[in-house]
Amino acid sequence: MDIILNPVAAVGRGVLGACRTVGDVALFALEALSHLFRPPFYGRLFLRAFLEIAYFSLPVVALTAVFTGMVLVLQSYTGFARFNATGAVANLVVLSITRELGPVLAGLMVAGRISASFAAEIGTMRVTDQIDALTTLSTNPMKYLVAPRLLAGALAMPLLVLVADVLGVMGGWLVATVKLGFVSATYLKATADFLQFDDVFSGLVKASVFGFVVALMGTWCGYNSKGGAQGVGGATTTAVVTSSILILALDYVLTEMFFAQ
Amino acid sequence: MSGTLKIRMRGVRKAFGGKQVLDGVDLDCGAARSTVILGGSGSGKSVTIKCIIGLITPDEGVIEIDGVDVLKLPRRDREALGDRIGMLFQNGALFDSLPVWENVCFKLLAQGKITRAQARDRAVEALASVGLAASVGELSPAELSGGMQKRVALARAVAAQPEIIFFDEPTTGLDPIMGAVIDGLIVDCVKRLGATAVSITHDMASARRIGDDAAMIFKGKIVWTGAAATLGHSGNAMVDQFANGEREGPIQMELRK
Ligand SMILES: Nc1ncnc2c1ncn2[C@@H]1O[C@H](COP(=O)(O)OP(=O)(O)OP(=O)(O)O)[C@@H](O)[C@H]1O
Ligand SMILES: [Mg+2]
Repeated sequence: MDIILNPVAAVGRGVLGACRTVGDVALFALEALSHLFRPPFYGRLFLRAFLEIAYFSLPVVALTAVFTGMVLVLQSYTGFARFNATGAVANLVVLSITRELGPVLAGLMVAGRISASFAAEIGTMRVTDQIDALTTLSTNPMKYLVAPRLLAGALAMPLLVLVADVLGVMGGWLVATVKLGFVSATYLKATADFLQFDDVFSGLVKASVFGFVVALMGTWCGYNSKGGAQGVGGATTTAVVTSSILILALDYVLTEMFFAQ
Repeated sequence: MSGTLKIRMRGVRKAFGGKQVLDGVDLDCGAARSTVILGGSGSGKSVTIKCIIGLITPDEGVIEIDGVDVLKLPRRDREALGDRIGMLFQNGALFDSLPVWENVCFKLLAQGKITRAQARDRAVEALASVGLAASVGELSPAELSGGMQKRVALARAVAAQPEIIFFDEPTTGLDPIMGAVIDGLIVDCVKRLGATAVSITHDMASARRIGDDAAMIFKGKIVWTGAAATLGHSGNAMVDQFANGEREGPIQMELRK
């Protein structure tokens, strides 16, 4: 009997554990967000996190966007050439970059950089008693460490993705004109014609959600880490993995919401 | 012990994952007095202090500060209480993202009692009281030696002049002279500022210097309380073995059981 029931029990435990974790993360996020509306406000810490995300992630996100745009043009050109439809290349590039690739790829890059650094920094503070020390120094650690980072994540990512969108399209334009012989003015005009406010806007909303998720997973994993250097290492890994998976999953959900007719 | 009580603990129990760390701690700390807590490594001294401050919630028991059961306080009052308490953590727990001066004046800045410009001057004073030069204020904690970090942490714990101060091993890792300076600082906080101090220490000379009262914790319970001056000749075999650092005695007998 046990042989049959044990796996069932294990699955049940797993599901319950997962539900509890989701609940914990949600409560954590709500508590942090509630601090955004009550003083004191830590503008300096918000600014630091904002710069860390929007400015210092710029090089890696820019490179990702440019190369993605370049590859996209090469691949779609090959595909469209079979149907004599190479004129649609600009359309495909601008659509897929603004709707999908800009936010998702920038999100994944930022997940690697930011959720890891948030988890490592806050996790180290946890295991060296610095978070407890904050409490004894008249400072709420949720307000001081978590709230500014969540806000920065949600506000900085759209900016970053806007830049990624532009650079991705420019990367495509570069390959199209230099390598594939498109006329620059025609390509740019096609791009401009196909550029839709809704596409860009949906991408930026996605970006904001992804930025929030990245910051949330980073801070949550760090805040709850225990057990010295090894614990912090584990928290960092978990933060990167979960925020990456959540980005991909939420991307589907958000796309469904935006474009389901 | 005479005078009013500042802290009163009764039957405080705390287990971590099946391991009973505190097993009914009863402890009294007099107002404006200095109490030292002794006990072997891992006996639950730090956990006891963290329970009083509210960093760890006990499973059972009563903890009163000024006659108020702090475990039943709503969160806002609890935070207000925290404003009156200072704590030196065993490992210092300095914020390594901030320079030393900002660490030292962190609480005053957080409470909005001083400006950042004033904080630098205050930090210089506070650092001087723990024997550190003004130039140390501009360094980051990672650039300091272990003993210097401890002293900065000490300066930070007392900078806001709290009513109750907890020192978790204030002189561990310091040279004997610096240790005596720090002991003097702790005594000063109690005598001059009227603060209530609770210290954990393994250094008996220091315990006699800074303590009015002493308590010994063993296997999660307070097994002895008395005057700190009597440590080593208290008449309690366990305490005297501990205070004199003897290898054989009742503590070994107990642990072998
Ligand atoms: N957060 C925690 N989670 C699990 N166990 C803990 C935790 N904090 C303390 N303990 C356990 O409680 C026991 C007492 O710890 P505590 O830090 O109070 O010891 P201590 O008396 O301060 O010792 P030392 O003199 O070495 O500092 C230890 O066995 C420790 O393993
Ligand atoms: Mg300890």
